[in-house]
Amino acid sequence: MLQHKKFIKLTKKGKTVQVNKEHYLRDDIWSGTPLDPQSDPASNKLDADAKQYLVVDTNVALSQMDFLEHAAITNVIILGTVLEEVRHRNASAYQRLRALIESPTKRFFVFVNDHHRETYIKTDVSESPNDRNDRAIRVATAWYMRRAPSMPIIMLSNDVDNRQKAAVDGIKALSVHAYARSLTDEPDLADLVAGEANGEEGMEVDDGVAGRGAKRKRIYEDHRPMSSITAGIKAGTLHQGSLRVNRFNPYEGYVGSESVGQDILLAGRTAMNRAMEGDIVAVELLPEDQWVGASARLRGPEDATDAAMADCDEDADSAEAGDMARDQDGAGIAPQVAPGEHYGDVVNSGEKRPTGKVVGIIRRNWRTRGYAGSLMPDQPGRTARRGGANMLFCSIERKFPFIRIHTRQASTLADKRIVVAIDGWEPDSAYPAGHYVRTLGPIGDRDTETEVLLLENDINTSPFTPAVHACVPPLPWSVTQGDIDDPNREDLRHLPICSVDPPGCKDIDDALHIRELPNGNLELGVHIADVTHFLHPGTAMDAEAAFRSTTTYLVQRRIDMLPKPLTEDICSLRADVERLAFSVLWEMTPDACTVGVRFTKSVIRSRAALTYAEAQSRIDDERLHDELSVNLRKMNVVARILRRRRAEAGALQLASPEVKFEIDTETHDPLDVGMYQVREANQMVEEMMLLANITVAQHTLAAFAACTLLRRHAVPPPRQFEPLLRAASAAGFTIDISTSKELAESLDKAVKSDDAYFNKLVRIMATRCMTQAVYIGSGDFAPPEYHHYGLAAPLYTHFTSPIRRYADVVVHRLLAAALGLNRLPEDARDREKLAALADNINLRHRNAQMAGRASVELHTLIFFKDRTVIADARITKVKANGLVVFVPKYGIEGPVYLTSKAKEQQRQNVGASASGQKGVAGSEEAADEYMLDEEKQTVVSKDGNRRFTVFDKAAVQISVVEGTGRRRQLLLQLVERSLLPASEQAQV
Amino acid sequence: MEFVSPEGLRLDGRRPKELRALRCQLGPLPQADGSALFEMGNTKVIATVYGPKVADNRSQALHDRAIVKCDYAEAAFSTGNRRQRRGRGDRKTTELASTIRSALEHTILLDLFPRAQIGVSVQVLQVDGSVLGACINAAMLALANAGIPLRDMIAATTAGYLESTPLLDLNFLETTGAGPEVTLALHPNLDKVVVLTEDSTIAAEPFEAVTELAQQGCKAVAQFMRAQLLQHVQTIATVRGLAAL
Repeated sequence: MLQHKKFIKLTKKGKTVQVNKEHYLRDDIWSGTPLDPQSDPASNKLDADAKQYLVVDTNVALSQMDFLEHAAITNVIILGTVLEEVRHRNASAYQRLRALIESPTKRFFVFVNDHHRETYIKTDVSESPNDRNDRAIRVATAWYMRRAPSMPIIMLSNDVDNRQKAAVDGIKALSVHAYARSLTDEPDLADLVAGEANGEEGMEVDDGVAGRGAKRKRIYEDHRPMSSITAGIKAGTLHQGSLRVNRFNPYEGYVGSESVGQDILLAGRTAMNRAMEGDIVAVELLPEDQWVGASARLRGPEDATDAAMADCDEDADSAEAGDMARDQDGAGIAPQVAPGEHYGDVVNSGEKRPTGKVVGIIRRNWRTRGYAGSLMPDQPGRTARRGGANMLFCSIERKFPFIRIHTRQASTLADKRIVVAIDGWEPDSAYPAGHYVRTLGPIGDRDTETEVLLLENDINTSPFTPAVHACVPPLPWSVTQGDIDDPNREDLRHLPICSVDPPGCKDIDDALHIRELPNGNLELGVHIADVTHFLHPGTAMDAEAAFRSTTTYLVQRRIDMLPKPLTEDICSLRADVERLAFSVLWEMTPDACTVGVRFTKSVIRSRAALTYAEAQSRIDDERLHDELSVNLRKMNVVARILRRRRAEAGALQLASPEVKFEIDTETHDPLDVGMYQVREANQMVEEMMLLANITVAQHTLAAFAACTLLRRHAVPPPRQFEPLLRAASAAGFTIDISTSKELAESLDKAVKSDDAYFNKLVRIMATRCMTQAVYIGSGDFAPPEYHHYGLAAPLYTHFTSPIRRYADVVVHRLLAAALGLNRLPEDARDREKLAALADNINLRHRNAQMAGRASVELHTLIFFKDRTVIADARITKVKANGLVVFVPKYGIEGPVYLTSKAKEQQRQNVGASASGQKGVAGSEEAADEYMLDEEKQTVVSKDGNRRFTVFDKAAVQISVVEGTGRRRQLLLQLVERSLLPASEQAQV
Repeated sequence: MEFVSPEGLRLDGRRPKELRALRCQLGPLPQADGSALFEMGNTKVIATVYGPKVADNRSQALHDRAIVKCDYAEAAFSTGNRRQRRGRGDRKTTELASTIRSALEHTILLDLFPRAQIGVSVQVLQVDGSVLGACINAAMLALANAGIPLRDMIAATTAGYLESTPLLDLNFLETTGAGPEVTLALHPNLDKVVVLTEDSTIAAEPFEAVTELAQQGCKAVAQFMRAQLLQHVQTIATVRGLAAL
């Protein structure tokens, strides 16, 4: 049967288009249940012995995904109407729904009701699309009841009106809450039910969900309607941008807006008006006399029990005051700060900047994967109500506010890390409402906390699918005669190749060799694992690798980009086995001037897989005259020359506070922490890799000018250097930042005779001033913009680690295509696809780095759990009420408070009640004991007895305390330097 | 846009290997020597045939066979948005007309009509994908209606490749999917391919599947046209009293 649909559509350009669509209705769409004799047995997916079949409506599918994912929910009929609407309204919900449908155990069956002759309905005149869809769902449910009369069929809908109409049609309809409660043997199921987000379903109160009376006061302004926001943005009265919450002060947000030209400050949660990190918001600027500067103080560490908990549900007024007084935890510790991010607040603190407030949220960026954290401890005197308690959930990431959840399992969850999803945020609630999703494990447990950091950084730890494993050649694998005879593959097995890596490295992707040529020149070779020989474009493995983009390294764990057999065996250039490689071979004069270079796929046999320490001792030990040691020494000479040349060109030598853990093999707990030692051997290998990367970048760009993947490091804007310049000038040094060469030279000169660590500290601070290096498609930038600032190289890319970085895989393919060895896949030539790929690689790379740092943080905490240590420290930043200190030995950076907690508390209460304005610098300074001199970077106590200047030496006592939301954190307290252990005293 | 749902249905409810509804009317314009209205779903084409007659332009006439003249035009109301009428001489129109003409030249037994001309005019009334195929089918029916001797029937369909699935008889929405699109015209009884056009490049692997599907589609269309012609002849015979009622 044929239906015609005819309607008139308005195009983007404002023209009218008449759309005339055909719609074929069919009889051969099956019901999928064995109870229906007409159904095709092959399509039957629903269980004949099920208790009942469920039909869900669109809103249930959209907002109750966690409920649907619960193992107890099976035999669900997903109607085509529902599926289509979910796809239009929320892409990620659609993907999750599709995953459920794929799952064989869930028995979710799709019935395409809109294409079935008996269940297709026409829209009535005066019927809204929503009503039509609801009716379609009821019609399809009734159809199922006729087809399988013996099976109870329940329609789940949270729409009261829909349920009433269903009752008239004789359909059994239940709300999700009611259904979840009817399954008494699954107590956690009810927790998964999301509260209704938009308040449409006000009638739900009767279901026993805590009713919120009309008396509740509005805490936040209502969001403006979308139409007025769009008009405001067009008229220039509103500004659109994505909200970034200050990582160190969750009450301060910034909105980068192109229309204003600089970041707009949002001071306080009221100004943020329910917007959260990453949301696209519409901001209205406040009048200029209300502009404020970023807060100049460190956020105080507070137990946050009373003020914070005063408002959970009832007491909305206190949230306003609590917003300021309650501080979740600014005291957190962030030992590792990403480049481009400064500890504490942004530069130019105190200076007034455009300040605004959020008037509407254009797009929410709530995570579908949920937020990891824990429940706030219950207050005494609060009794759990019938059917569960309302609790506050505190997420691990400080940027997010508390989340209000309703749970029946409060007592079991109290000491667990759990995942919670947000459902909505009403104007009369201080915090967003959410629901419990799953439990990760006990708080403080290393594995649980590792799960937490992986979830927070969105790292995919699920095992590879069978389709991916099917792409891996079977083990044991070895080089075949066919590979050796391949005319495009050179046999380099005779060369004295070796690899140098960190100890315990199993994914060896690079190996080196050097030898003298008969003409007196040197041949230098870098051999990279030939991953693209196994990883073909368009395969499931390629899609998965492109999605993961990078291997993530945690302290005790590695989350691979490629399946283990490839990572650790087939691709890994292990010692004494034949492996396939992609080689770069240079001919160089003895003083390291390149005469020629060639690239070839090859077969190699590594003579040895050395660690950095072994390589270093071979280089240092003059008595060793074996081939490998002699070669390593030769290579080191070349590397030194190359490094010197690079430094002359203006390459920066930066430092990072990397630490290394010594791990107990039995308990897997850290035994000791120490600075990561950088040896000359590390630098030698690094130099060779840089050379290979630069050479490959030149070659691929020459062949594919518009679609080469490059790595770009932008010149940092001068204002980003301000903290460094201020700190250095306070210490009596001037840093020239005009070019990277000047910067490198002035960093070399910043040496203090009495402090061996001073130079490294300055370099660490300089690293923080840098922008992030990113992958780009060469077609999206002009050639001068390809420049890599840190390396002072006009061109740079990544070629040397294809086992663990997808960018290198892309570059391998490009290079192979440039050499005419294979065809470049279509996608790789597409500029937009390449840009999207580069964006994903950048994102994943950054997430992996953050996860790595978080893992280091976690192990630092575990290390300090049972010990209190006094260590040497340096002041890196001074604030009005405290200092930020850096502990070189453990690579920790964190705040030290000068004013006592009680004072701080008092000050904040005064500040909050004195004026409604939050974060106004003026009112804060009144109660201070210390005076801050921004110019000299010094804080002096009122009586002048104690003064602290940046770069001063200090000693701190390190211990672990448990803060708000059961986040364990390091507590740093200043102590006298005389208390330092003798070993550290001597070091200074 | 999801062109084929995981349930195996296309946007308009068809399965990947199904044609749209076919309709035709023979001889809607009695003043022409032959005419036919052909519909593939919402694509609607009317074709008229004049001839064989003496060539309009003597210098173009060939001494051993007839020449075919072909006109192609799209009605201004044929698409959803009323755009400026394309001029007669624009590239796309000319190309379509010449493709149709060459398909017909290979089908008509031209050497039976030396120095004659057969004029075919194709007017597209409504566009919803697969226009070229519908034009060839309409022209074929109009020729049959005019009683012009043919080598074999000619039937055409379009097939495409979207989301790794070969799709038969693309509608307009599916042609916006930017996938490869192959129009194929076939002599179904001789099993010979007469026209094969591609708008974009198509990889070798899907190409075979797509052309195979298009051929099957052509055979189905031919079967439909054959049945329609037989029925038409039956009707005429009945009207003229040549056959029993």
